[in-house]
Parts: sequence; structure tokens; C-alpha cells
Amino acid sequence: MAVRQRAAQRVEAGALPTSAVEVWRYSRIDSLDLGRFGQPMSAIPVALPPTPGSPAAHIVVRNGSVESIDISTAAAAQGLQVRSAAAVDEDLDGPGADGAQDADAFIDMALALSHDAVVVDVPANAVIDGTIVVVNILSASDALVATRLIVRLGVNSEAEVLERVVGADVASLLLPMAQVSLGDGARLRFVTVQELGARSWQLGYQHLVTGRDATLRSMNVALGGDYARVRTDAVITGTGGFNELLAVYFGEGTQMHDFRTLQNHIAPRTTSELLFKGAVEDMAQSVYSGLIRIGKDARGTVANQTNRNLLLSPGASAESVPNLEIENNDVKCSHASAVGPVDDDLRYYLELRGVPPEDAERLIVIGFFQDVLDRSPVKGLAEQLGQAVAAKFARRSA
Amino acid sequence: MSELVISGLRGGPDGKEILRGLDLVVRSGEVHALMGPNGSGKSTLSHVLMGRPGYEVTGGTVTLDGVDLLALPTWKRAQAGLFLGLQYPTEVPGVSLLDAMEASLRARAGGSSLPVPTMDEVAAMLLAEAERIGFDERFLIRPLNVGLSGGEKKRNETLQLGVLTPKFAVLDEIDSGLDVDALKAVSRRVMQSAQTDGLGVLAITHYNRLLDELRPDVVHVFVKGAIVASGGPELALELETTGYEPYARLAPDEPTPIGSGRPLLDPFADPFA
Repeated sequence: MAVRQRAAQRVEAGALPTSAVEVWRYSRIDSLDLGRFGQPMSAIPVALPPTPGSPAAHIVVRNGSVESIDISTAAAAQGLQVRSAAAVDEDLDGPGADGAQDADAFIDMALALSHDAVVVDVPANAVIDGTIVVVNILSASDALVATRLIVRLGVNSEAEVLERVVGADVASLLLPMAQVSLGDGARLRFVTVQELGARSWQLGYQHLVTGRDATLRSMNVALGGDYARVRTDAVITGTGGFNELLAVYFGEGTQMHDFRTLQNHIAPRTTSELLFKGAVEDMAQSVYSGLIRIGKDARGTVANQTNRNLLLSPGASAESVPNLEIENNDVKCSHASAVGPVDDDLRYYLELRGVPPEDAERLIVIGFFQDVLDRSPVKGLAEQLGQAVAAKFARRSA
Repeated sequence: MSELVISGLRGGPDGKEILRGLDLVVRSGEVHALMGPNGSGKSTLSHVLMGRPGYEVTGGTVTLDGVDLLALPTWKRAQAGLFLGLQYPTEVPGVSLLDAMEASLRARAGGSSLPVPTMDEVAAMLLAEAERIGFDERFLIRPLNVGLSGGEKKRNETLQLGVLTPKFAVLDEIDSGLDVDALKAVSRRVMQSAQTDGLGVLAITHYNRLLDELRPDVVHVFVKGAIVASGGPELALELETTGYEPYARLAPDEPTPIGSGRPLLDPFADPFA
């Protein structure tokens, strides 16, 4: 309990951040009133998202409590272990044991309040077939809910994790935290799909640690929520580690999606490729703010960061803020960011072929996302998410 | 028999008048070559004809079988039967050739009594065309033109021409960036359309190389935004020795900037106008 108690003490001692702090700039943090959220009481029924054919494991977390854990016989035989931390009453290290991440009151709050962590352990050399599916449900009204997913891959192991964050139409706040670590030579595919209700808030945190010669392929998809933020700290601690960080987000109405990323290279010859693509329509807003940090020992590192945003309505807006912090000269880094409407040249080309402008725009917008969805580390999602994107675009009020 | 009639066409990008009174008639099955030096306004012509955003028509008319094309948006000009094969085909991330062709054929069916083709039917048409033109069928479902070589892009343009079966095709420097094999494949396909389907062709080029494969009925010399000479295929050979220089003096004068103080020197101008 020590970690959670210490976190609780820090929350009590500290103040909440405001948008005057750089990492909260452009956010809606100033309109957060924590006092209006209470303990989760009664839950509103929520339809569970479809699960892939034969998952390795299926875990349901409802309003912060682990409801069920099912592990397939095959995955259990391959060595997969999934348990709830409350059930085993286990103390777990907090995030940032490497000291790399900056303080954040909501990380402490999530630590202090999450009483029931989901712990996924893949032993060394185990290769798990099928997807480990975690359904994280926010369905209690006016509640503050914290969840914690811990994924630990042993040396040379391999697994695939899909977290689906879903919810009812509730004005509640979810603090989802994911702590992911890859041992040397491990391979993890990790996708989070957020489809919260239109009045829900999310302040999420992902702490991803990639070891020597390990490969992490991750993707965040954000479609739901009122204000939904995800901070991702991806640190590569072992030589030769590789991270692919993808994201797709699409805001409508008055939604705001807010992504903060850190590509933190500590070890030599490490690689990270980041591609975040978003669109905003109606009065929606988005923020992407990313930092590539190259430590003094990270020679031979390659780090790329690309953020592209489509503005689909005159009232919509997107902020894109790339940053570099480099302490070693023997590196290759790039960052690119773009915010703008659908490219006239693309539309013209399709119109040249007889495609009406509204169809051309729809194809271009879906294609803009399909480009990333096709690279989804978890296969079989592209079509479903493509349809969700198409449905959002169809709802646009021009 | 269809007819594309361009008369007195003036216009260009960003308010600049690059085309200065272009007259041209192309009929079904005819192959015309429009030859001119760099900077003569050849690409401008293609974009003015199609209504690219930022291009303005300042005078003249363009009709296809009597339909006023200039009054239509780009996609309707295409649906009316005018095709433009681009010099540099645009890469469209995430949109496949199949999706684009399906959307076009669906729009065409929507505006007529034609049945809406299914995705499978469109795919079958694409496969058949891909085979005719020697285009790798893997490209049919990959993003349009993304990562294709210059030659593959031109094969792709020609494939779309074959699927959409327009009445007239403007081919802007279709020969640039092509190796000999691709040039032959593309030219053969265009000639087949002209001979069997009655496609009217306006091939814009500044090289004879294309004309060895794509045998034109008429060759036009295009200088400073207007046609200054027309003739048979022998004109192309003549250009090879003379170059465009002798034709430059036949070009219309630069427009006189208003208020420059220079008098109009047209001796046939109406003195009372």
C-alpha cells in the first residue's frame, strides 16, 4: 500500500495544475471541478464492444472494479497470467521508477484511487497467441474512477493487448493508467480504443518502458469523451529498443482530444517512430504536444515525430506543438506537424475522375485515417474503426 | 460523333492571362497533338479546361456536344466526358484506385438510368484494364499513386481512362518520365480507345518521341497561349529541325497593361470603339 499512500499524500499536499503550466496549455483543465464527482454508485448498463474471434484473455473492469477475468486454456498453457491486484493484495511499484517522468497530480491521484489493478504477466520466452482484451467501463454517474492496467513482458516474450475504454452517457471522470514494460527482446502490440460517452472526461496516463532489443508497437484511438486527454511517456531503456507510437483521434460537437507524448531515449541505438493523426469537425478542438528527449548516452538513436491534423469545419481548431531536447550529437531526429483543411490538390484529382466533391472529401478523410489504421498493431480493427470514422464524418454540420 | 469545341479561350492561374485566345475543335476518334516550348501554357490549358481551383477563365467558350463545360464544376466536366491525364499524377494517401473509380461510376449511375456497379464489378473492370496496360494489380487496392514510379503513375492514368471511357482525353505530357516499354503500352491503349471507342485525344507534349507511338492526325504549334500553326504529322518533323523559334513571332502580343500609357497598335482596331 505504500506506493498508493505516498501518492495520496502528494495529492493532498499539492495543488491541481492550471493551464498556465506548459504541459496543460490549451487543455480544459481550468474548467475541471473535482468536487462534483463522487464514488461510483449504481452502474448504467453498457453494451460491450465486440471481441476478436478467440481472445487469449478477456477482462472486464467496471467503474474501477475488476468484474471478470477469463483466460483461454491455450493462453494459460502458454504461460499467460492475469490477475487483479486487489485480489492478491499486492503492492506494486508506481510508474516512473526510472525517474524519467515529470510530476503530475493526476498520476498520483490515479495511483491513490485505483484499488483494483489488472496485472498481466507474460513469462520469459512465452509467445501468447490471440489478443488479451481489457474492457474498461465508465458507467456510473458523476463519479471519479481510477483504473490501472499493468502489463509486464518477460525476456523474449510476445503478446498482444487491446484495451477498450467504453462508457455510458455519464458526466464522470476516468483516470485510466497503463504501466507497460517490455523485457529484453520482448515484443508487444498494444492498442487502446477510447469510446467514452459524450459527457465523460478522461485524464489518462501511459508509462511505456522498452528494454534492450525489445519492440513495442502501440496505437491510441480516441473517438469519445467530452475532454479526453492521454499523456504517454515512452521510454527506451535498453540498447536497440524500438517503439512505434501511433494515434488516431476524431472530435465532433464540442469534444476535445488532448495528447501529450514523450519519446524518451536513454539507451544507445534506439528508435522511435511516432505518427499521430487527428481530425476535428463542428466546434471540436484537439491538442498534440510532443517532446523527443535524447539522453547523453543515446548515441546512434533515430527518433521521428509526425502529427497531422485535418480541420473539417470553420469552427474547429487544432494545436500541434512539437519539441526536441537532444543531449547527444550522433542522432537522427525529425519532427513534422501540419494543421489544415482537406488538401485542394487531392480533392481536385478525385474530381478530375468524376468523383463529386462531398464523396471526394469523405474518401480523403477516411483515407487520412486508414493510412494509420492499416498499420494498427492489433489486426481486425481497421474496418470497424474506419466505419466509426465515416459515421462521425457523416454527422458533420458544415 | 462527339465534338469538343474550344473557341477564343483566355485565362490562367491567379489572374494571369496565360491562354490568349485558343481555338481548337476535336472530334470523336481524332488524335491531336499540341506541341509547344516550355512555358507556352500547355499545362495551364489542361487545368483551365478542367476548372482547377485558382484558375480563371477571362474569355471564350468550351463546349462538349453543345454543353457549356465552363459552367460546370470539375467533377461534372469529367462526368460529361472530358478526361485529363496529369503530367504529375497526385498521390492520394489512404484512397485506393478501386474506391475512387467506384465513387465515380456510382456518381455517373446516379445521374442517369445506368445501374450502379457493385464493388466486385468495378474491381473486375480494373483487373481487366490493369492486364491490358501492364499495371501491377497489387496497386489497385493500394493508396492512389503513393510510392509509384513515374512510369507506373502514367500507366495508372491510362488505366483510369480505360475504365471511365470518356469522350475526350487531354493527356498532359503523358510521355514524361516513361521508359520505352511504358510509353508503348500507354500509347497503344490510347490509340485503341481512339480507333475502337471513338475517343478524341488532345496530347500535349514537347517531344516527338510520343508521336512515334501515338500517331496524330493533326499537329498544332502552341506558343504563348495560342495556336499559331496547324498541320499534318509532317509539322512535328519540321519542328524537330526548325525548333519553335520561327513560330514565336506569330504569337499574339503581350496584353497591354491598363494605364501603361502605351497606345494600342492594332491597325485594324475600330477607331471609334
